[in-house]
Amino acid sequence: MSGPATAAPRAMPRKARTPERYSGVRAFAQRRLVGDDVARALVGLAAIAIIAITVMIVVELWTNSELARHKFGWGFIMGKVWDPNADTFGVLPYAYGTIVTSVLALLIAVPIGVGAAIFLSELAPPRVSDALTFAIELLAAVPSVIYGFIGIFVLLPFLKAYIVPPLRAALGWTPLFTGPYYGPSMFSAAVVLAIMTLPFIVSVSRQVLLAVPHEQREGALALGATRWETTWKVVVPFARRGIIGSVFLALARALGETMAVTMVIGNSPQIKASLLAPGYSIAAVIANEFSEATTDLYKHALIESALVLFAVTIIFNGLARLLVAGGSRQAPAQ
Amino acid sequence: MTAEAVRVHRRKLVNNVMLGATGVCAAGIVGVLLFILAFLLIKGAASLDLNFFTQLPKPPGELGGGLANAIVGSAKILGLATLFGVPIGFLGGVYLAEYGSRGFSFAVRYTTDLLNGVPSIVIGVFAYTLIVMRAKHFSAFAGGVALGIMMIPISVRSTEEFLRAVPVGLREGALALGTPKWRMLLTVVIPAARDGILTGVMLNLARVAGETAPLLFTSLGNAFWSPGINSPTATLPETIFHYSQSADPDWNRQAWAGGFVLLMLILATNVIARVIVTRGRPKGIR
Repeated sequence: MSGPATAAPRAMPRKARTPERYSGVRAFAQRRLVGDDVARALVGLAAIAIIAITVMIVVELWTNSELARHKFGWGFIMGKVWDPNADTFGVLPYAYGTIVTSVLALLIAVPIGVGAAIFLSELAPPRVSDALTFAIELLAAVPSVIYGFIGIFVLLPFLKAYIVPPLRAALGWTPLFTGPYYGPSMFSAAVVLAIMTLPFIVSVSRQVLLAVPHEQREGALALGATRWETTWKVVVPFARRGIIGSVFLALARALGETMAVTMVIGNSPQIKASLLAPGYSIAAVIANEFSEATTDLYKHALIESALVLFAVTIIFNGLARLLVAGGSRQAPAQ
Repeated sequence: MTAEAVRVHRRKLVNNVMLGATGVCAAGIVGVLLFILAFLLIKGAASLDLNFFTQLPKPPGELGGGLANAIVGSAKILGLATLFGVPIGFLGGVYLAEYGSRGFSFAVRYTTDLLNGVPSIVIGVFAYTLIVMRAKHFSAFAGGVALGIMMIPISVRSTEEFLRAVPVGLREGALALGTPKWRMLLTVVIPAARDGILTGVMLNLARVAGETAPLLFTSLGNAFWSPGINSPTATLPETIFHYSQSADPDWNRQAWAGGFVLLMLILATNVIARVIVTRGRPKGIR
């Protein structure tokens, strides 16, 4: 990134160290160097501060989860019981809810998002494409608490009336869609998460699709392929890495999403195969219980949950960066 | 021959169906946005009254009251966040664009990306352990720091991007006149990138303005006015969250109104920022 383009102007003031014998020139050079040293120190300090803050997050979460880490060890991650009264904390039911909702959300969002990205990059005229992309990116600006809010009052009744009955009729024989559906459930949370992650998938996928060279398309079209065959068999495979990167980016978002999930997931820590059953997520349990945690161990257990969440999202973000950076030059600014 | 014709026909059919489907996907997503907007507009605008902006909340069960304290509280915390996050992010961006060395720049850029990916609830827990636990009380200050940390990555990125977009000719002109580098940055490069950088700050504010998770256990919330920056403070997103969980229909009404106000502010900021950026695009020399 910091390639040769910036190297040239950066090197200039250094070379300006002037011969010692011209005192006036030397004074001038010194003045300039003092100013530059101050500026360099100032911006360098800010850069160090950014790293320091990030390191501090890890250190604070690590030291403040000490009690839970010592008491439960790795059992914390595999433990199924979360009972503050018995001083037993296992994060598995929450991790289960987090993973199930996020993965299901992506199963819903990826086909729709990639489809929309294909439309925006391959079919729509540039002006229309820009306008629609802006509208879709506005969806990313809607605060998650508003998604949760609309989820409660609009989406849940809608799902209950129109979506769940046909789903149950079609897939009721699998364990995934059995049992009663009251509204708040892992399925509802996944639908809200799908809507929330769509803007990321669309805007990153569109970018990487647009970065595919025109010759690729022209070659396929010249061989007699239809527009769709060109897109599906040439353009999309070419942009595959970037698209997968956008999926990981969306996954990291979904895993860490708090408010909207807390409001529609039902907040009941259980591991059930049925998606229609209420669940819980790591972020949601922190949001709901943190300010009520009375004992130190309870608090440390919640902070360790935050640490787990942090680690998982970092891994997926790292993967996404690698894939997107490798797939196209434009890394997402999001 | 007919088999060939059938095949061509099928390929064309697949082509039309699939391309049509992608259009439906795009239209569907935009439809969701319009639906959210329309719904909030109708329900929210109907729930809005003057009291919403001027009065304190009433206890549950009593009709009326407003969220004046939450509006002021949000503004206060966003101000603190800007004071904390934007200078660090801005200077960090200047470092990356103008002073960076290869190895350390990579580390800074990488950490910035990591920081951007940290879930907001985790930032909230961090601000809690860092400030609330040590001070032993919830405060607007802790909330401001939490949101400020969230502002840093985007601030770094947008500053770097817009500084890099300043033409090399401008820099060379200034340097050729014997200007020291720091003066060149201060008087030529940064002013040229000013619009872009300010837009970045606006978008950044719009993004954290709706954040709820980091405020739940930093600024907590308050049913009354909160003086200074050292007491628990109500904010719009946090109040919307609690009011929407309530069984009281009047609180639900106010949550709609709050959601409406918050979303309008955020969307307006986004649109304005967009207009500024696209209008100022072919720039360089002001």
